[in-house]
Amino acid sequence: MSAIGELSTMTRRKGPMTKEEKKANGRDNKAAYVFLLPWLLGLAVITVGPMLMSLYLSFTDYNLLQPPEWVGLDNFVRMFGDARLHNSLRVTFTYVLVGVPLQLAVALVIALVLDKGLRGLPFYRSIFYLPSLLGGSVAVAILWKQIFGTTGLVNQVLAMVGIEGPGWISDPNTALGSIILLHVWTFGSPMIIFLAGLRQIPVMYYEAAKVDGATTLQQFWRITLPMLSPIIFFNLVLQIIGSFQSFTQAFIVSGGNGGPSDSTMFFTLYLYQKGFGQFDMGYASAMAWLLLVIIGVFTAINFIASKYWVFYDD
Amino acid sequence: MTKLQTLPAATSSDAKSGKSPRRRESRGNLAFSRSARIKGLIKHAILILVGGVMIYPLLWMVVSSLRPNDLIFREPGLWLENLEMSNYTDGWSALTHPFGHYMINSAIVVLGSIVGNLVSCSMAAYAFARLQFSGKKLFFGIMLLTIMLPFHVVIVPQYILFSQIGWVNTFWPLIVPKLLATDAFFVFLMVQFIRGIPKDLDEAARIDGAGHPRIFLRVILPLMVPALATTTIFTFIWTWNDFFGALIYLTDPDMFTVPVALRAFVDSQSATSWGSLFAMSIVSLLPVFLVFLFGQRFLIKGIATTGIK
Repeated sequence: MSAIGELSTMTRRKGPMTKEEKKANGRDNKAAYVFLLPWLLGLAVITVGPMLMSLYLSFTDYNLLQPPEWVGLDNFVRMFGDARLHNSLRVTFTYVLVGVPLQLAVALVIALVLDKGLRGLPFYRSIFYLPSLLGGSVAVAILWKQIFGTTGLVNQVLAMVGIEGPGWISDPNTALGSIILLHVWTFGSPMIIFLAGLRQIPVMYYEAAKVDGATTLQQFWRITLPMLSPIIFFNLVLQIIGSFQSFTQAFIVSGGNGGPSDSTMFFTLYLYQKGFGQFDMGYASAMAWLLLVIIGVFTAINFIASKYWVFYDD
Repeated sequence: MTKLQTLPAATSSDAKSGKSPRRRESRGNLAFSRSARIKGLIKHAILILVGGVMIYPLLWMVVSSLRPNDLIFREPGLWLENLEMSNYTDGWSALTHPFGHYMINSAIVVLGSIVGNLVSCSMAAYAFARLQFSGKKLFFGIMLLTIMLPFHVVIVPQYILFSQIGWVNTFWPLIVPKLLATDAFFVFLMVQFIRGIPKDLDEAARIDGAGHPRIFLRVILPLMVPALATTTIFTFIWTWNDFFGALIYLTDPDMFTVPVALRAFVDSQSATSWGSLFAMSIVSLLPVFLVFLFGQRFLIKGIATTGIK
């Protein structure tokens, strides 16, 4: 079961523990906490502590040099009037809402083509998967910067058929698009999750459908899609959470400034500039919490909506 | 290897599952029907086309790195007239230190992170998968939640913390979190794996008088080698590629890891030295590519079971 599946079953389970359960629960206390020691320490010092600290800092003015100064809701009020922040939200939402569905659609289509007993499957799978491993690197972002540049590979190819392409990454209208394309390029890992999911669908469903005279398209809509919906949901949740945090590609392609004219100024990039460029740590913390809330809301919407379209076979 | 098959998703992603009944069936059908054969050809055509478009930029980067600089901007093909190695020699020594220096820095961080993840995550996973303790449900739920927590929420205070202990421009801020099992993904992966190991083995060891440390070290760890391999490989690739952490904590060129060194290279060079920039980009991708070649099996199993990137 996936992490998400596990979480949702945990929340579904209700009722108090029985006495035996309570007793059994405490059986290995000593040993367990020894084994958990590094993790507990990390949870306290690296995760929960800093989380609370950043919540506190979000209500302060702090530049690392002077002690934090309590300013109440100032940072949040500032965010309301910060046009660059609004723009960075727009850029990030566009990236997530276009990039994620597009990437998952490609992943699903290729997985479907690959699934049906095709020869050379391991070879194709490797080819499609490789970009997922490289896509997060600075090196590939550098490559992207070149191929979507004014005299880059894409325009060289276009020139062969007589088209003069724009400078994709220097034009504010297309810069974000080329970064979205980089995201789509890494469809290999969701594709592998889809492939694994497709294998779980019992063959007899298809056999029965064929006997009843269902067309391939009907089989897809009535069997494949519903049976695969938990996996689609899983991919959707994970990819949305991950995409909101994208940073490297936009940073490298834009040279660190989110340009041209803020068209690739991702929320995380703006947060980085505020926190580690201008050392406006209070504001950066407030932004981080806004990001957490946004991701939380998106995930919650996903979970609520899943009741209407995700089908569980059990 | 055999143990991984107790995880449903892992089995199904196995390359050998081509031998499953369903697969044999559909292949049999293909051989008989002519239209199915044409369909197969069309599928291959689509896949080769898509795969080709995807891989072409990478191949082109490799070829371009072996060409004189000016050709990069007017030669979209893959044909090489002669090998130009100067991009590699130029790029290698273009920054303050030879590029190997940054690769060693990266290797140190990667090694520390791998050791950290292997030790701390396997310990936590053993507790979650095998031990009964109070607060287990709560902690397990928290662990799953931290997988999805955006790291931006903790990065500012973490930075403050590490800079106050004087760890900026050391590798500690990049390694210590791994020693404390903060990559909860791997804890989850290992929990899943340990759950698939028959409990009888633990019981047998317990009857023989083994305590938990012994059972963990002598029974569970040897059996979970595939999960450890998956963790190692993913930690390698993620840490090797990690840019954000290095960007924040490593500002001294002496301490640069490969991603920040490459970034410094991009910033310092004018548009004329794309050749050497490409050359060093390829050098930086090479370890990831090699790990991919040799560790693919574990990678694919790892994603299929936990959905990690």
